[in-house]
Amino acid sequence: MTQLPTSTKKKLGLVIDLDTCVGCHACVISCKGWNTENYGAPLSDQDAYGADPTGTFLNRVHSYSVQPLATSAKPHPAAQTIHFPKSCLHCEDAPCVTVCPTGASYKREEDGIVLVNEKDCIGCGLCAWACPYGARELDQDEGVMKKCTLCVDRIYNENLPEEDREPACVRTCPAGARHFGDFADPDSHVSRLSAERGGIDLMPEQGTKPVNQYLPPRPKDDLPEFDVLAPYLEPVAENPGGFIGWLDKALDKIPGKSA
Amino acid sequence: MHPAPSVIIFTTLSGLGFGLLTFLGLGLPDVTGMTAFWFFVIGYVLAVGGLMASTFHLGHPERAWKAFSQWRSSWLSREGICAVAALLVMALFGAGLVFFSAVWQPLGYLGAALSLGTVFTTSMIYAQMKTVPRWHMPWTPAKFLTLSLAGGALLAGQITLAVILLVLAGAITLATWIIGDGAFARSGTDMETATGLGRIGTVSAFEPPHTGTNYLLREFVHVVGRKHSLKLRLIAGLLAFVLPVLILLLLPFSHALALVAILSHVAGVATARWLFFAEAEHVVGLYYGKR
Repeated sequence: MTQLPTSTKKKLGLVIDLDTCVGCHACVISCKGWNTENYGAPLSDQDAYGADPTGTFLNRVHSYSVQPLATSAKPHPAAQTIHFPKSCLHCEDAPCVTVCPTGASYKREEDGIVLVNEKDCIGCGLCAWACPYGARELDQDEGVMKKCTLCVDRIYNENLPEEDREPACVRTCPAGARHFGDFADPDSHVSRLSAERGGIDLMPEQGTKPVNQYLPPRPKDDLPEFDVLAPYLEPVAENPGGFIGWLDKALDKIPGKSA
Repeated sequence: MHPAPSVIIFTTLSGLGFGLLTFLGLGLPDVTGMTAFWFFVIGYVLAVGGLMASTFHLGHPERAWKAFSQWRSSWLSREGICAVAALLVMALFGAGLVFFSAVWQPLGYLGAALSLGTVFTTSMIYAQMKTVPRWHMPWTPAKFLTLSLAGGALLAGQITLAVILLVLAGAITLATWIIGDGAFARSGTDMETATGLGRIGTVSAFEPPHTGTNYLLREFVHVVGRKHSLKLRLIAGLLAFVLPVLILLLLPFSHALALVAILSHVAGVATARWLFFAEAEHVVGLYYGKR
């Protein structure tokens, strides 16, 4: 049913730490791997080894340059590079669900995960139009809409060892920049992280109420603005004696300019 | 947005077809027998032809029937239901006119309302998209409805009504262009809100997530049409509105000239519809530092 549930028992989602992400794309690759071999249609590639390769991905890492504004204290602040992983935010008010004409898109009442029933999807693409985040991609081989499932086939999978029962992207992240949990529980790991670090909604003005939270980069260290080499370049001796003293005097006697 | 030919053909032809069916339902022109038959054939060829074209862009057209189920929330589903209901009701009304010379007027009014309802539900598919600020305004349904009625009046041979509706549709189309130009900026969505990094400073795209293109860029970031926007608006305005109005007002009526007016109008509407997609900017482009 493409009407949204009035509330969900759990709000499963991710915390993505923009301070910690190193932009290695390991989450992109593990996501592509898991979701090609498991739930639903595989994530296809077109012309994978040719001149113009494209493919379906559920998670992509952008990189941004952010230029802080100049202040009187810091007239030339350094720009920052910030890596930015982006996947479905499992919005509470998901616009992609309500536009679906067939009921293929739905949001689960039990845990809030937004999924696509691929047997009902006609591939009209309207849900991708409605998503402001670019979280949905129409698979070119299968003609059905693909999106992040929050690894619904891992997190409840009792055939996997306990430590593997989290989304592939979270499991693989070598920097620990991704966290998975229940935002409906105020004491959960993700809720506390988000509260402590001031987690933010992407495009709040779109009114989607995203579940996934992004932790903003921490303020950068301030280097004091002075010449760090200066102390080492001062003259070691003001009135040199010995060989250096003789050389100094001898060179001064040669006509020409000295410093 | 990617201007998919199937969707442009669909919205242009179906708009025209349902516009004609609206007038036929209202009894304008008041025809029966074979004349009525040919009017209905034109209406159905346009409306159904457009609907068929729209299924070409689906990944799984064989499942299209499932789209009738979600009318509670989905404008696309409502459009499908409205279209089928309009075509069924108008077929009954048409059968009365053609085979029995009987005017079952209540059925005609219902069919006219459903025909206009189809055009309205189509327009709401676009107008509901908060992600495409240029479309997300009440002027979008106003444009679709007046264009459909103007084209319908033209096809139904209602000259006075056609002139009035063409002028009205032209004015509303112009308004959507002018108001639409500032819509993205007014929406308040920019790279700073998209990334949440605005509190640090000015955000620019440093490296895209992939070296080649992808579905998102193909579907949502279409920049080719925008640079010719002004020229295309002029062409569309002249063909869709100015030329047909001049022909209807200044030249003595003949079927050949009426055909020229109709063809000019359809070409103009198709151009404007191409621009409607090609010019529209989706907010997802911001993640790529594009519009």
